[in-house]
Formats: sequence, C-alpha cells, structure tokens
Amino acid sequence: MIERLGLVTTQLPTTGSSMMTLLVVLLPLLLGMLGGAWRPWRGWPGLVVALLSLLALVWLTQQIATHGTQAWVLDLGTLTLHWRANGLTLLLLLLTQLLVLASAAYAPAYLCDAVQARGRGPAWLWPLMGLLATSLSLIWLAADLLSLYIGLELMGLTAVGLMLLPGREEALAAGMRYLLLALIGSLAFLLGVALLLGGWGRLDLAGLAEAVEPGPLLWVAMALLSAGLLLKAAAFPLHAWLAPVHGSAWTPVSALHAALVIKASFFIALQLWLVLAPRAAMAAWLVGGMGAAAVVWGGLLAWRADKLKDVVAWSTVSQLGYLLIAFPLLIGTSQAVVSIAWGGVWLQLLAHSLAKAAMFLAVGNLMLATGESRVSGLAGASRRFPLSLLSFGIAAISLVGLPPSAGFTAKWLLLHASLAAGQWPWLVVLALGTLLSAAYMFRVFRYSFVEDVELQDYRPVPLRMDLIAMALALASLLLGLTASWPLAILAIAGGVP
Amino acid sequence: MSQGWLPLITLATSLLVAPLILLLPERAWRARAVLNLSAALLKLLLVGLMVVGLYQGREFAFGFTVVPGVEFLLRVDALGMMFAGLSSLLWLATTVYAIGYLEDSPNRKRFFAFFSLCVASTTGIALAGNFFTFLLFYELLTLSTYPLVVHRGHSAALAAGTVYLRYTLSGGLVLLLGVVALHALVGDVTFGEREMLRDLGPEYHSLLIGLFLVLLLGLGVKAALVPLHGWLPRAMVAPAPVSALLHAVAVVKAGAFGIVRLVYDVYGIQLTFELGLLTLLTALSVFTILYASLRALAQQELKPRLAYSTISQVSYIVLGISLFGPFGTIAGLAHIMHQGLMKVTLFYCAGNYAEELGIHRIDEMNGAGRRMPLTSLAFTVGALGMIGLPPVAGFISKWYLGVGAVQAGMPWVIGVLVASSLLNAAYFLPILHRLWFRAGPEHGKGQWPEERRLGRFETSGWLLWPTLATAVFSLLAGLLAGVPFSPLDLATLVATEEYLP
Repeated sequence: MIERLGLVTTQLPTTGSSMMTLLVVLLPLLLGMLGGAWRPWRGWPGLVVALLSLLALVWLTQQIATHGTQAWVLDLGTLTLHWRANGLTLLLLLLTQLLVLASAAYAPAYLCDAVQARGRGPAWLWPLMGLLATSLSLIWLAADLLSLYIGLELMGLTAVGLMLLPGREEALAAGMRYLLLALIGSLAFLLGVALLLGGWGRLDLAGLAEAVEPGPLLWVAMALLSAGLLLKAAAFPLHAWLAPVHGSAWTPVSALHAALVIKASFFIALQLWLVLAPRAAMAAWLVGGMGAAAVVWGGLLAWRADKLKDVVAWSTVSQLGYLLIAFPLLIGTSQAVVSIAWGGVWLQLLAHSLAKAAMFLAVGNLMLATGESRVSGLAGASRRFPLSLLSFGIAAISLVGLPPSAGFTAKWLLLHASLAAGQWPWLVVLALGTLLSAAYMFRVFRYSFVEDVELQDYRPVPLRMDLIAMALALASLLLGLTASWPLAILAIAGGVP
Repeated sequence: MSQGWLPLITLATSLLVAPLILLLPERAWRARAVLNLSAALLKLLLVGLMVVGLYQGREFAFGFTVVPGVEFLLRVDALGMMFAGLSSLLWLATTVYAIGYLEDSPNRKRFFAFFSLCVASTTGIALAGNFFTFLLFYELLTLSTYPLVVHRGHSAALAAGTVYLRYTLSGGLVLLLGVVALHALVGDVTFGEREMLRDLGPEYHSLLIGLFLVLLLGLGVKAALVPLHGWLPRAMVAPAPVSALLHAVAVVKAGAFGIVRLVYDVYGIQLTFELGLLTLLTALSVFTILYASLRALAQQELKPRLAYSTISQVSYIVLGISLFGPFGTIAGLAHIMHQGLMKVTLFYCAGNYAEELGIHRIDEMNGAGRRMPLTSLAFTVGALGMIGLPPVAGFISKWYLGVGAVQAGMPWVIGVLVASSLLNAAYFLPILHRLWFRAGPEHGKGQWPEERRLGRFETSGWLLWPTLATAVFSLLAGLLAGVPFSPLDLATLVATEEYLP
C-alpha cells in the first residue's frame, strides 16, 4: 500500500522538479500577499497570474512522468522533513489549484457586487486564500508526521480566519466555535504524533511503516490521530459544527472549505491508516460503519433542512460517508479489490470536490439573486435564473451519482469493489445514499419549478459568477466519461504497481 | 469495416441541440423551430443511412474505455435500429406537434431543450452496445423527462413529478446494482455476446436467476409492468406532446427495449428458457395486459384511459419475447414500432380535442367527428389498430403473437389475446360510437367545454399534420408489412439472427 502512496522510492529528485515543487507550494502565498496589497476588483488579473503556478504544476507533472516518484529530505537543524510527489499528489495538487483559481476568479465580482464588503475583510481574503492553498499543497506533499502537522495546523487556522472575514456577529460566533473544534482536533493529532515519536523514535511515514508493531500504544495513537482528523473532517458523529459555520461564511470560502479543507483531513486519516495499520480490518469496518451512519444521517439532515446552504452543507456530511467506506475496502482486502476501490475513492473525492464547489457557488448566486436563503424562496427560479439553476442541477447529478457524471463512475467503482470484496453492507449504504441525495436535491428543484407565484424583487448576478459555477459543474459531469484521464494521472510514476 | 462516426453523429444531432436551444433567447421561436426541425430531419436521414448500411452488412461501432474494464460503446444492430428509427421518426412528428401545441405558452426554451435531451437519451439507448452504456442513457432519460413532466408547474404536475422520480430513480438504482453485479460476475458484456453467461455452468444458475430478477425489477418500472406501473397514469398531467412521446417511444419503450436486450442479447433466449424465466415473463405480461385493460375500462377521462391502454399494450412486447420461438419474437419486436405509431396518434388526437374543443372527459366527445373529421379519423385508425383489426399495424402484431403462442406450445395465450382484444374493443368502441354516431354540440345539442378556432382547418395545421402522418404510417405498417425495411421485416431480421446462430 505504501507503494501506491509513493512512500517508497530510491531515486534522488531532479533539480527541475524540486524547483517546480517549491514554486507550486509558495507561489499561491506570494500571489495572495500581492492580492492583499493590491485588492483586485476584477477577476482576470488574478486569473492570469495564478496560471503561473498551474504552469509550474504542469512542468512538475512532466518531470514526474519521466523521472518517476520524487522524494525530498529537508534537513532543518535537528528536524528532518520528508516530502514526496507521485501521481496521487499531482492529482490533488491539480484539484487544489483549479478550485482556488475558480474561487479567486469568483471572489472579486462577489465581493464588489454582492456583499459590497467594506473594511479590511476583502483585503485579508487574498493572503488567507494563498496561505490555504500553500498549506493544502504541503499536506498533499508531506511524507512525515511533522510536515503533516504543520500543514494541518496552518490550514485549520487559515480556514478559521477565512470564516471570520464577513465580520458579522453570527460569523464571529460560528468562527470561534470552529476555532475551538479545530484546536481540539489538532491537540488530539499532536498527542497521537507524540505517542508515535515516543514509541518508535521517528516521524517519517515510510520508516514508521516498517517500524511500528501492533499493540496498545499504536492503537491509542491511532485512535487519537483519527479522532482529531475525523473531527476536522466533520465525520459522523462529529459533524454538528459544519452547517452553522457555512451558514455565515462567504460563498467562495464555503466552496473551498467543503471541497478541499474537509478532504485534507480525510486524506491524512486514510494515509495514516494505510501506512500504520494496513491489516486492521476490524477497526476499518468501524470507520466504514461511521461512514454508513454519516451517509444516512447527513442525507436526512439535508432533506429536512430549511435553508439552501444547510442542504448543501449537510450533503457534505453525507458524501464524506461514501469516502469513509474506503477504509474497509482498502484495508485488509485483496489486491484485486484494492485496485478497483483505489480509483473509486479518489474519483469520488474529485467528483465531490468539483461538484460541491460548483454547488456552493450556484447556491450563492441563487441566494444573491432571490435575496432568500430558504429553499422555499426558490419558487419560480427556473424561469428567472435558468443558468444558476442549471449549474446547480448538473452539480446535483454528480452528487446524487447519476450518469454520466464523475459521481456515477466513482459509485460504480465503489459498488464493484464492495461486490468483489463480498462486503454487502456497503451496497445497501451506497443505494440508500443515492436515494436520499436524490430526495434532497430534487426537493430543491420541486420548488424552483413552481409557476404560480407572484413576482418579487430579484436581481440577476453578474454573468461571470454564473459561468464559473457552470464550468466547475461541467467539469464534474464530464469527468464521468473521461475518468480514465484522472486514473491515468493516478497511475503515473508507479502510483499503481 | 467499422465506421464509428455515424452513430456518434446521430447521437450528437439531438444531444448538441439542447445547449444550442438554451443559448437562444426565449422569444426566438422561429430560429428554435428551424433548429429543432433540421436536427430531427438530419437524424432521420442518418438513421436511414445506418439502416441501409446494416442491410448491406456493414458494421458501425464507436467505443472508448471509461475506467479499466468498463467501456462506453455505441454499436448498430438490427434491434437498435428499429428503436432508433422509431424514435427519430416520432421525434420529427412530435417536434412539429409540440411547436404548434406550445405556441405562446411560457418556458418553451426549457421545454425544447429537455425534449431534445430526452430524444438524445432514447437514441443512446437504441445505439448502446453494452449494459453500461445502456444504463447511462437510461438514467439520462429519467433526468431529462422530469422537467417535461412538471412543465406546467402547478401542484398536480409537481406531485406527479415526485411520484415519477420516486419510481424511476428507485428502478434505475436497482438496475445499477444488477448491472454492477453482472459486471463483477463476467466483466463487460457486449450485447450479443450471449455465450458469456451460457458458459458459466449450472452451479451459477440460481445466481443468474436472482440477477435476472433484479435487472427485470429495474427495467420493469419504466416498462410499467404491473405492479410497477403507478407512475404512468399520474404522469398524464404533462403536456400532450410529452405524454405522446413518453408513451409511444421514450420511457415505456426504453423499459421494454431493455427487457428485450436482457432476454435476447445478454442471457440469450436459450438460457432464459432453460432457467424457466420465460414462463415468469409470460405470467407477468398476461397479468399486466388483463389488469391494465380492466383499469382502462374504468377511466372516465380520455388521457388516463389511453395511459392504462399503454400499460396493457407494452406488455404485448414482453409477451411476444416470452414466447419461445421466432414468431413470438417477431411479434414482440414489431409491436415496439406498431404500438409506438398507433399510440402516438391516439395521444395527438387527445391533445387536439383538448386544445381545440377543451375536451378532457370521454362523455364530452359526443359528435366530435363532425366538428373534427380528420382528427377523429386518425383516432379511429389508432383505436381499431389497438383492438387489432386488419389492415392496421396492430393486427400484424396480434396475428404473429397467436402463431407464436401455438409454436411455443402455449395455446392458452390465444385465449388471453381474445380476452384482451375484447377488452380493448370495450374501451375503445364506445369512444368511436360517441365520436361518429351520437349527436353533440355540432348537431345543436349542448356546447363544447372550451372551443377555440386554432386554424384554417379543423384545428391548427401544426397539430393536424403530424396526427394524420402517424395515422397513415400505422396503416402503412400494416398494409406493407411484407416489403423490405418495414417494421415486420426488421423484426424478422432480428429473430433470424437470434434463432439461427
């Protein structure tokens, strides 16, 4: 399993790839600083500059495709940091860059036109967004627990900062609660790291994979690490904080949070389990059970939710349940099952990130246009805001997992893997999740098709905001039939043996 | 020789029209009409090309790998061409009809966009070369028909849409589970590779039976097999062109077509017979035919009566394929086309009566034959065809069904056919009697519920010509059943392939 994660490599990194990795990590931060000083009110300058880091990423991809998985060892005095880049890292970096780019392009119009933000809030948005991209890149690249901790802590604090930006009272309250939870999560994570360090005296994942022996120490450490990460990932039953946090946040921030921040915690948790406890099938089933409960409970919450943003936020809880099913499918199963489920899990992550970001942006557009935050406020929307609603619909197709979306292809792979592993319960969970998600998504549509409603005040949002939501939604749709493309990236450089 | 571009372009004609229509402004109805009609004509032409190519023995296939082991495949075969031909022909007619029907009503842009998407899905279903591709378009059909069902946006439409989704999404989910299970068992099954399941050996037979039932459950929802039919009569709140298309080609036929694929091209008729599943299909379809006919008899409104009649008629297709032997097959397959032509005619007529005279209930139809003679003539042709009178197409289906029943050693099915025909007569003949022989508003007795003068003729030309065209086609399909390229001829081609390997 550690081969799939790219943790075993004997090659020395090429200079080009080292340079490009540094650029990929640091450019967003630098651009964010610039953005904070300059405060763009238009989308395109940001877009053009941000393409730079995308270019660096393309170069890095090319380097890895020719030279194989790259690994770096950075000595900082007594501390040693391990980084690595393989197919999976590239895929996640690409996703991060694209989503941050989309949010950055969406933000100027949103801030200027919709929120009419005053004060220092908008100025802080840019550096924080850059820092978020940097910390996420660090998490995808990290191959030791210290780098992971730094990345996680940085990401958590940045996310709290972003949530606080609107400056309203409820945003402050929700942000403070989020800060508290993030700190508790980090503390649990740090304790787990300390236990591992005390037990085996090293922090690099490849070394730990060989050194650790199952025993009470490992189990306590894993429990602490997992609890901290699952709290940050809003996994059932630690999910209650999610919707209030989204409720008052700015739309592009919500999109980034649901699409990337949550996923980073999930990614770390899965990676740690695969490295440190690759045979712990029973415990993995426990996590899978939590996933199943998340699918059902999150779906029910989304179904009953009154506010649009709550529907989308609870749907994240439900969708994260699908990802948690990866644990029992990848841990303690045969190679044949793993090779199917591996693609399914990362495709599901991609599909959900793109679709959820698109959906948050579309919902933001709809809420701005109607001035209503409730689902019932959408009555008649299909005639007035067809484009926003179409983006919402396409994203919904992917979230429900209907063909030809990426969500469907991912679900197909997960179903196939469950069948191949003989793990029947997940079939039921995936089926229930599909029905529930269809129920809460089409509930929104049901309101939007209502015709006999008196006209109320509404104002169209700028076309650019609609187009960005649409582009992301289409990406999640088209990735379904072109799924061989992300799977090919996943497989380069020895991602799959 | 393999020409991949032809099926792909055929699919694209209707798939790409949808975004183009969305880009046109709502008021540009002329441009929209031109776009719709030219795409429909182009598609009919392309399907014609493929049918000719098929008769010349050429192969058309297009495919690519989606994820390892799963392929997206479009492929042309005789069975698919029958369905594609039907859908492209009726798309043209229904587009003309819908342009007239929706004149000056709101949300036409949305309607036509999803309408195109719906036909694209139907084409995809027809051209699908394996179960994965089939499933893709099968679900796309659900999604694209929902906005059409709730088009009017009032509470009845929204409630019907919810029921529709409940049935079809659950059905689609069950089908997905079945297809994935099939995939896990034997890998990618290209339609026509019947040996893959046959070679599995007897120890797999109970598993195969279970799998067949799951797949049948998924497909049976759209095919409206009793007791999975509840959505269909409720979906009648949709505008007339939608009902016509839903009933004649798109949704119910997609289900029936899926069952045909399942029996002939995945399991193979031999294996299905050996597993004893044909008997199950016969029993299900016989029950559906009789039950739905009885329910139709009880309906007082025109469209629900036609809806129950559809449920009954579509089961003839299932009955046909469940009769082991070439004649049953021919009957079932030919009926896909025949029922489509006749039923679409009947629904156009129902729409014409509703638009021109405001007639919704059967007891309001007295004397309408005098006011709208051509529409009533078309209705008469459709109704007589449904009863199975020569020379309308329905007669051919019933005749072959009878022969097939004898061939399969199940002569009691003829009794069912007779009973069903009597029931058909019992619910259609009173309507014909009212149309032609009872005195109504046109004879100075009472008045029409809501009369409008829509055109120079008895109603608007946009509504009238498609109605007459499909009525003439249903007559021709019966009269010219023996000539090449007729539905019967194509069905014979498929049946020969199936029974003479």
